[in-house]
Amino acid sequence: MIDKIRSADRRRVSVLTSVGDRWRALTKWQQALGLAAFVAILYYLPLLGIPGLTWLRTDSIQGGNNWAGVLFVCAIYVLVAIGLNVVVGLAGLLDLGYIGFFAIGAYSVALFGSVNSPVVKWIQQEFDLPSTWAVTWAICLFIAIVLTMISGVLLGWPTLRLRGDYLAIVTLGFGEIIRIVARNATGVTNGPVGISAIPGPEGAPSADNKYFGLIDAKPWYWLAITFVLIMVFLVRRLEHSRVGRAWLAVREDEDAAAVMGVYPFKFKLWAFAIGAALGGLSGFLFGSRNAFIDPTQFNANLSILFVAMVVVGGSGNMIGVSLGAVLLAYLPERFRDFADYRWLVFGLAMVLVMILRPQGLVPSRRRARELKDRAAEAEEVPARV
Amino acid sequence: MHFDELIGHLGQHTVDGLSKGAIYALIALGYTLVYGVLRLINFAHSEVFMVGTFAVLILWNQLGVENNPPIGQAILFLVLGLVVAAVASGGTALALERIAYRPLRRKNAPPLIFLITAIGLSLVFVELFGQVLPKLLGGVLPAAFGRPRQIVGMPTIIQQETLFTIGNTAITNIQVIVFVAAVAMMALLDWFINRTRYGRGVRAVAQNPETAALMGVNQERVIMLIFVLGGIMAGAAALLWSMRFGFTQNSIGFVLGLKAFTAAVLGGIGNLRGALLGGLFLGIVEVYGATLFASNWEDVIAFVVLIVVLMFRPTGLLGESLGRARA
Amino acid sequence: MRRSYVRALGTVALAATLVVAAGCQDSGGGDGGTASGDCGGKIAIFGAFTGDNAGLVIPSLNGAKLAVKQFNEANPNCKVTMQEFDTQGDPAVATPFANQIAGDNSFLGVIGGHFSGESDATMPIYQAAGLAMVAPSATRTDLTAKGNTSFYRVVGNDGTQAGAVASYLKTQNAAKVFLIDDASAYGAGITEELGKQLGPIVVNKDKIQERQAQFDATISKIKAAQADFVFYGGYTREAAPLVKQMRAAGVQAKFVGPDGLYDPAFPAGASGGAEGAIITCPCLPADKAGGTFSADYQKEFGIAPGSYGAEGFDAAKIYLDAFKDGKKTRADILAYVKAYDKQGVSKYIKFDAKGDVDPSKVVIWAYQIKGTAIEPLQELKLS
Repeated sequence: MIDKIRSADRRRVSVLTSVGDRWRALTKWQQALGLAAFVAILYYLPLLGIPGLTWLRTDSIQGGNNWAGVLFVCAIYVLVAIGLNVVVGLAGLLDLGYIGFFAIGAYSVALFGSVNSPVVKWIQQEFDLPSTWAVTWAICLFIAIVLTMISGVLLGWPTLRLRGDYLAIVTLGFGEIIRIVARNATGVTNGPVGISAIPGPEGAPSADNKYFGLIDAKPWYWLAITFVLIMVFLVRRLEHSRVGRAWLAVREDEDAAAVMGVYPFKFKLWAFAIGAALGGLSGFLFGSRNAFIDPTQFNANLSILFVAMVVVGGSGNMIGVSLGAVLLAYLPERFRDFADYRWLVFGLAMVLVMILRPQGLVPSRRRARELKDRAAEAEEVPARV
Repeated sequence: MHFDELIGHLGQHTVDGLSKGAIYALIALGYTLVYGVLRLINFAHSEVFMVGTFAVLILWNQLGVENNPPIGQAILFLVLGLVVAAVASGGTALALERIAYRPLRRKNAPPLIFLITAIGLSLVFVELFGQVLPKLLGGVLPAAFGRPRQIVGMPTIIQQETLFTIGNTAITNIQVIVFVAAVAMMALLDWFINRTRYGRGVRAVAQNPETAALMGVNQERVIMLIFVLGGIMAGAAALLWSMRFGFTQNSIGFVLGLKAFTAAVLGGIGNLRGALLGGLFLGIVEVYGATLFASNWEDVIAFVVLIVVLMFRPTGLLGESLGRARA
Repeated sequence: MRRSYVRALGTVALAATLVVAAGCQDSGGGDGGTASGDCGGKIAIFGAFTGDNAGLVIPSLNGAKLAVKQFNEANPNCKVTMQEFDTQGDPAVATPFANQIAGDNSFLGVIGGHFSGESDATMPIYQAAGLAMVAPSATRTDLTAKGNTSFYRVVGNDGTQAGAVASYLKTQNAAKVFLIDDASAYGAGITEELGKQLGPIVVNKDKIQERQAQFDATISKIKAAQADFVFYGGYTREAAPLVKQMRAAGVQAKFVGPDGLYDPAFPAGASGGAEGAIITCPCLPADKAGGTFSADYQKEFGIAPGSYGAEGFDAAKIYLDAFKDGKKTRADILAYVKAYDKQGVSKYIKFDAKGDVDPSKVVIWAYQIKGTAIEPLQELKLS
């Protein structure tokens, strides 16, 4: 059985690599055309009605319209995965508290953008502003990114000197601290009651909103996918720049990198801050789509799910982590019919994927080579087996 | 801030903290043993503990144990509970090793892969005890498996009584049992690792796997041994937990595992005595924090203390040492 | 050769995408919303049907199921279906469901939420969709104070319940009350209300956190305060170990909790520790409920209706009456719910302008734990 799965998987990988090779063999304009088609499909997805493909949709009930909502969640998780990939996949830092940044992003738009937030009320009182005043959505976006970057640096500064596994527990603790503070600091965050009326691009949720309402998720998906595409482009540029190469060097061998003049701490901190900003952006979109957040939405399980997305998809490879994110967000929704057992199946699937394909579903080429080397090393030392 | 309360009953809070930390310490040993030898975080260890509590629950249910049995019977139930929990937890830990970790080790996979596998396993166990078993066994063992994912109570085996009082500090029999049992288990483990032939093997593999293999240490056996040892310690913790708190649930592992792991890191992961120190320290910090502020801040305080300690001592209070101990 | 093949493929893919995108749209969307057929329709019920605190919610689900079943048997040509959505009590899970329900025009009404947090999170969505919500057990006071026009509840709110608890404590000559809550939206809310009403006899307070197992620090505080009553605002998961450890540590103070503890898992989880604890609940004892409800429920599910069984039944009944009256659109049903004015099995149901059931019609009962049973003790005076 296991052997069968293995051989099927090997065939799948060979197809995958040949697709990759063929893609790289194409001329520029052909690639551009292909990309354009892919992007067009992405934007078309929420309307999906092609006969034969409709089974992909997640409407568990007839005529239901949840599909676009699930796609939206997939899109923001892709954003999370891309951000976390910078930290885990590129810089090699194990961050188990990513939900903290996600929460800070969501709370930025809630605390500054909603008329129901204590912070906005305090500002209104302090500066004699009308009771309808709140920070506009676009400025909230800016605040969210700045705040998460700052918190990334604040967390990274004392902890990035720690070795991998220590960093893991410290970041996990950080995520919990953010959630518990949000829950207990009633005067600032409304505590467990949560904050409602979080604005979207058109302002606070109301029946007059033309596009970004509470019911129809399609415009939200289109907004999120636009952010995703921009960020994919930016991170890709970064990955292939001097900074990207420095991250690789630090990940492979910190001491060697330091000797060669790449100061590890600085680049690690950069990775942390950039990853944090992406997580914050994603949380920001989540908060403004849901229009209501409370601290229970940011528990540690999600952090772990985020890391799982990156590793299952293929850490280090942007296509891989995006696929991981989509699968981990989509599958539990699609298989709601299993309701009670879906998390069990999900856990089993995670274990199987890791045992059969430790490099992830779509591994980064560099990463796959490293793993092969490690496996070869293992064979050279038979005592280990 | 309730400084006067903290200072006024400092002894009491310290004792409470110690008995709380003793259970953390026992679970922390599982993390530390595996980490010391394999350099990997066995995230599923929290579920090893959870399985132990369910084993105790089912045993006591099957024996028809009622609240406050006579002392002779109580001791019998506790000893039987210890054996069953140790077997269940040790077996679970061993199964984890054989089914999931060994294939990964064959491929020499990086630590991150182990971590994700462990998380997946953890999910599987939580769901197994939360959803699958209640449905399968709910009819056969109604008292052990109530509704899915629901908290289940256990009988009180030993009535809590104050043994003696020092100043305004009352020390109860349960606290003494928990603390003494935990420390005894740890002393036993410490002796085993540092003084016996098997223990020497463990230390050798932790220090340098290749050389140990060349010297004729069977590495696979050592690895199985540490998983089983960690499992037995978790089983002991499960019994103490059942005796002291008298309830369990499929999801109790997560928070407790997190705390135990924190304790292991605080003390210096890979260091057995560090796990003890870290566990007790964390227990005390939590009780002090909960007294000083309110109980809902206790996790924040625990994690802040962790971060501060690691800033000044990046490898924990005692440093890592299972392998490097030149004992 | 391969290049031209790929090129052709790319062009075809792009063309196909655009054509298909233009041609095949999904069939959802469109507003108004009418059910097919002359009579009947579909409603949704959401709540924590699994999870830590499911014991509190399942009777309500069963009550609603019973009402629908009875209705369908009595009216064979007017089929009503009810779809369940298990939120596990988590607002984050409830929100996607709400979007799904709101976007599906075949749903004409919603029963829920069962907890305050999930109700708060989803109220704006249902409001935007013009769907009525009838909540059997979401009791937080401020839910009806937000200007929402589609939220109704057939249960008394926490303010009323806190008043009843306060008056009960006063009749018991409570002198030193210790307040604990779980820092949740529900628990902290009701505990704060109670604190305001009790005033100076509150000796101290503590907050615990969710999934906490060990309560030494809290118990020390209770002992230091020499409290004669302990009130815990929260749910079963934390209450059961808390009360057990309190008793083990020799605290004799009486334990009082709100409807969040009205769950058979509470005495079972505390294995004897909860003996004598008082639970208040704005829900009727089964035998006091009107008509044949209690007997029917017992027959259908083999157990007595627990917390909110009658409320769940009543909530479903409102929609069933609306369907019977031939209401077929969300707007009509919302208007029908708003004007509802009938005797239900739990109480007389008529909503005020904010969506609360008439406060003078609310009944709050005290129950006492005996063994593993929750037995009715007495009806409480409202404040």
